[in-house]
Amino acid sequence: MKKAKKKKWSLKEDIQKRWQLYLMLLLPLAYIIIFCYIPMGGILIAFEDYSFRKGILGSDWVGLKYFKQFFTNPDMLKLLKNTLVISFYSLLVSFPAPIILALALHSIGGARFKKFMQSLTYAPYFISTVVMVGIILQCFHLNIGIVNNLLDLVGLDRVDFMGRASYFRHIYVWSGVWQGTGYAAVIYIAALGNVDQSLVEASLIDGANRLQRIKIVEIPALKPIITIQLIMAIGGIMGVGFEKVFLMQNSLNLPVSEIISTYVYKRGLKDMQYSFATAVGLFNSVVNFILLFVANKFSQKFGETSLW
Amino acid sequence: MKKEKTTASHGTKVKLYQTVPDKILTACIWILLILIMIFILVPVLFIIASSFSDAKAVSAGKVFLWPVDFSLAGYQVIFQSPNIVKAFLNSVAYTVVGTVVSVSLTLLAGYPLARTDLKIRGFVMFLFTVTMFFSGGMIPTYLVVSKLKLIDSFWSMILPSAMGVWNVILIKTYIQSSIPGEIFESAAIDGCSDWIYFVKMVLPLSTPIIAVMVLLYAVGKWNDFFSALLYLNDVNKQPLQLLLRNILVSNDTTGMQLSLAEQMNRQELKTLLQYSLIIVSSVPVMLLYPFIQKYFVKGIMMGSIKG
Repeated sequence: MKKAKKKKWSLKEDIQKRWQLYLMLLLPLAYIIIFCYIPMGGILIAFEDYSFRKGILGSDWVGLKYFKQFFTNPDMLKLLKNTLVISFYSLLVSFPAPIILALALHSIGGARFKKFMQSLTYAPYFISTVVMVGIILQCFHLNIGIVNNLLDLVGLDRVDFMGRASYFRHIYVWSGVWQGTGYAAVIYIAALGNVDQSLVEASLIDGANRLQRIKIVEIPALKPIITIQLIMAIGGIMGVGFEKVFLMQNSLNLPVSEIISTYVYKRGLKDMQYSFATAVGLFNSVVNFILLFVANKFSQKFGETSLW
Repeated sequence: MKKEKTTASHGTKVKLYQTVPDKILTACIWILLILIMIFILVPVLFIIASSFSDAKAVSAGKVFLWPVDFSLAGYQVIFQSPNIVKAFLNSVAYTVVGTVVSVSLTLLAGYPLARTDLKIRGFVMFLFTVTMFFSGGMIPTYLVVSKLKLIDSFWSMILPSAMGVWNVILIKTYIQSSIPGEIFESAAIDGCSDWIYFVKMVLPLSTPIIAVMVLLYAVGKWNDFFSALLYLNDVNKQPLQLLLRNILVSNDTTGMQLSLAEQMNRQELKTLLQYSLIIVSSVPVMLLYPFIQKYFVKGIMMGSIKG
């Protein structure tokens, strides 16, 4: 008993002893509480008739009213479908692209060319979303964009890419590949650099050719990272970049480009329906978390890697 | 037969003979990489070429990858437009102040959390990590910012996204793995306080990771459009990204004093302006690019060790 008492740790004493460390943590903690935890508490307004004047605690409780309103809304299915289609299409293309790029760069000689290609593919990542959308609009412009200039050059008709809803998803996804592949490949390239050379030698002695080596040595080496990245990507499915979709929207592509987050922004901040928009946002986060959870469960079951 | 070099585990170069399928595969890879190169370069070259072309040539759709009738009119308009210059300077201010605040906060959080002898670190770490998976979302965060009377203030661009938890983890991992705890123990015996140790020992020893942080935050702040869209309505405070949205995406140049535009065809000049603006707004980040390359890749690798 005496021993336990001696070892007992008290917060007050610890603060007195190392007040400097606690003082350092004070500002970051204040930030986390004010800008992360208080907004989390603010989710309550999804269940209230929130009025700015009455505040979170004073507003009337309405339960699931706004969730019902959203689920009975004819737009709901369309929003969900748009969100899922854009993100799955994006995942399907953007996920394997950096792996292929990394393997391709790994499989050729020429250190200088490799370095050049890495710098080149990596650079677009640092372009801001606004400028990215600006570039898209300029390149696909009906009269002056290079794509149409080229079509014109080879004698084809100009196409109004931005004005037709059917092109929206393709342009969104492939411009994402253009911008993000090099950056995403860095982690795979790093992993390939760490491949056990004795495995490579052994495969050479056994007479494996290039393709077989990729299959036997390199892909297994990447597997843990691929799994983690895939779980993270699936967890981010419902979080399709608000900014880019929002910026690419126009009245013509709205039927396919309206996704949940842009809808939340419009209902919430433009129409000031705070409670309804929060309810929709909460629904989005819940679906997202379920996807992350399921993906993680799957990888626990079928692989060895998992997030937690 | 074509020879290929590879490095054996003991470091000497050995030469391999490629089989026929190998050759085909290598050829395919080269073709693929060259196609990727073209895919990346064409839009960039098109934008650069257009920005240096004559407005009439651009509007006629004559520009491909090389300037047609070289002209600097687009750039002239930018530097003569007080709105653009102002937004540019606003962005510089947000980026500088925001980076200082963010890096400081991240370091202040990272160092105590790296101290294994601090009992509450597990709990604080948990508080931090939760926010990576859960957030209040757009509207509740907006309401907090608005309750704090930050809407339309300078600080609305700095505070709501001041600290990235992922960056705190990077700093913490770096300090833990590269500065041995024994150094602190011996410093503490000599009467060194936590704060002095942090300033005199930890900060100088962490320069590489601080460089990564500065770059990460600076690029993020410069490119930040979301905060401005949500929290700023005041035209005088808007950063470059918001103005870019109006000009590049919404095609809205109202309120802009285009002194040159009156002399020339307004519509054509507006088009040209879009190209030169893309270039001007990307230049600051591209100037950082050599440093980014040097430090960023390291930063990502450090992240992947943990992740």
